[in-house]
Amino acid sequence: MTDAVPVRVLIVDDEAPARSILREMLSDRDGVSIVGECANGFEAVKAAAELAPDVVFLDVEMPKLDGFEVRELIDPSIAVVFVTAYDSYALRAFEVHAVDYVLKPFRAERLGDALDRARARRGQPPPPPDAATALAAAARPAGTYLSRIVVREGTRVHVVPVDRLDFAEAQDDAVQLKTGGRKLRKAGTIGSLADGLDPGRFVRIHRSYVLNIDRLARLELYAKGSYVAILSDGTRLPVSREGHARLKALLGTEAGA
Amino acid sequence: MSALHPILARKGRFLPLLSTAIPIAALLTGLLARQGAFRFGEAVTLAWPLAFVAVFLFLSVWYVAMAAPLRGGRILRTVVTHAVAAALICSVWVLSGAGAARLLVPLWGATFPQRYAAQVPVLFTTGILLYLLSLALHAVLLAVEATREAERHALQLQVLAREAELKALRAQIHPHFLFNSLNSISALVGTDPPRAREMCLYLSEFLRKSLALGERKSIPVREEVALAKAYLEVEGLRFGSRLTVEEALETGGQDCLVPPLLLQPLVENAVRHGIATRVEGGVIRLEARRSGNRLRILIENPFDPDAPARRGAGVGLSNVRSRLAARYGSDALFAARKLADRYLVVLSMPAQAAD
Repeated sequence: MTDAVPVRVLIVDDEAPARSILREMLSDRDGVSIVGECANGFEAVKAAAELAPDVVFLDVEMPKLDGFEVRELIDPSIAVVFVTAYDSYALRAFEVHAVDYVLKPFRAERLGDALDRARARRGQPPPPPDAATALAAAARPAGTYLSRIVVREGTRVHVVPVDRLDFAEAQDDAVQLKTGGRKLRKAGTIGSLADGLDPGRFVRIHRSYVLNIDRLARLELYAKGSYVAILSDGTRLPVSREGHARLKALLGTEAGA
Repeated sequence: MSALHPILARKGRFLPLLSTAIPIAALLTGLLARQGAFRFGEAVTLAWPLAFVAVFLFLSVWYVAMAAPLRGGRILRTVVTHAVAAALICSVWVLSGAGAARLLVPLWGATFPQRYAAQVPVLFTTGILLYLLSLALHAVLLAVEATREAERHALQLQVLAREAELKALRAQIHPHFLFNSLNSISALVGTDPPRAREMCLYLSEFLRKSLALGERKSIPVREEVALAKAYLEVEGLRFGSRLTVEEALETGGQDCLVPPLLLQPLVENAVRHGIATRVEGGVIRLEARRSGNRLRILIENPFDPDAPARRGAGVGLSNVRSRLAARYGSDALFAARKLADRYLVVLSMPAQAAD
């Protein structure tokens, strides 16, 4: 690239030699400024929020958060290039709108191509608003369900194991997660969150609610054809007709009350 | 099954087969001498040739039984086939008796064949009974053969499966390990050439050893550990200070024999699902100890219990478990435990010292 558009690059890999080769090859390119290097997922999310890079070169298997969880938590307008030794993540990388997928080890030219693509992507609109939770759904291997949900508050990352999720409530363009005494707000729709959860444990009881059935204490008839779910901590949640049918299907006759 | 009768297929069975003529001869003697139809001497001379012919004639029931099996075939067809065969075989048998009676004329007088003819219905009936007895015995024989065949087949399959698994295991140098190592070398070539060279050497050592060891049936723990250490040296260059190895290898334990590459998947797991999941890394601990006639091996590593699960955690474990079971049966013990943030694998097996 001769007409070097300046580009801010963040490097994320838990192995020092892997970071050093990325730094070496990228810093040779015109217009590139390497704004930071991170050795794990938490650092990466923090650095992405604070340093506002244009491109992140991101490893997949890392401590704390893997590359897909990092992608899910950082600003969707940041271009992501996955750099990994595993070719098996390529499809998921495509699903989360990665700019490129580079296999280790790589040539400087290959990395340069990825950088050029990221440059070309700049200024284009970020993926649709529902992307965040769709990303979460893609962030797990096919045929499995989410084992944890990651939420970012500013530069802080919360990791919520799904068994600690009481219920989720739709709020405008986000989802509020209720876990123990805590409420966490996560971008995305409740539908795509529900898609990632084990349907044997989580039920969409209402257009706006997904419930962990372990938290359900009982059901009360509220009006004709509509019910209220009473949770073990006393919380009352509305249950729609469809939600009641789903509960009944899952719990058998117990839900008849 | 071969075309030869199973009883004749083996040498040692011929005399026992001939000896079955004795009870048949005794039975026929009794039958022919009953109610004074024949004198005892006459009965004996007639019964023996009949008995010997019967032994061989009724062996042929086996072929009939094969052609019209009692189980699985069509009932009508089976019944008809056996009825025809029985009639045929008994006729031949009775006729052979008539031949014998004719040959015995010089001994017992000219009326002997006629007196024999009078006994034909009794002999024919006896023949039918002998046919049925033979059929029953052959059915049992066939069933036993079938069972043995099935067992042999199952055993063969088991052996094949085990060999295939072993082969797969031997070839199972994770490509990702290679790619990551090559990536590190690629990085070090620019920044630290001596270490890049060192890494090439460790990697070669590991590859050469794992290829060589996979060819052998058993290797001393010492060699297995040397392989693991070559592997850990390579990984050490990737992970730097995050990876530390601690070992407690008793001499007696190191001399014991184990299947090759038994520990390798466990050591790889300890890195990938243990050390690599932790920002701060940690210590992989290897222990091998012989106590009495048991060999005990322990591999311990820290891991991040909150880390997202990485693929393939169970494959290595189940491989080791099944290889242990294949080699030692119930004599081997395999336990993998999570204790808070530590992962512990213990193997215990009979100690077999190298010569």
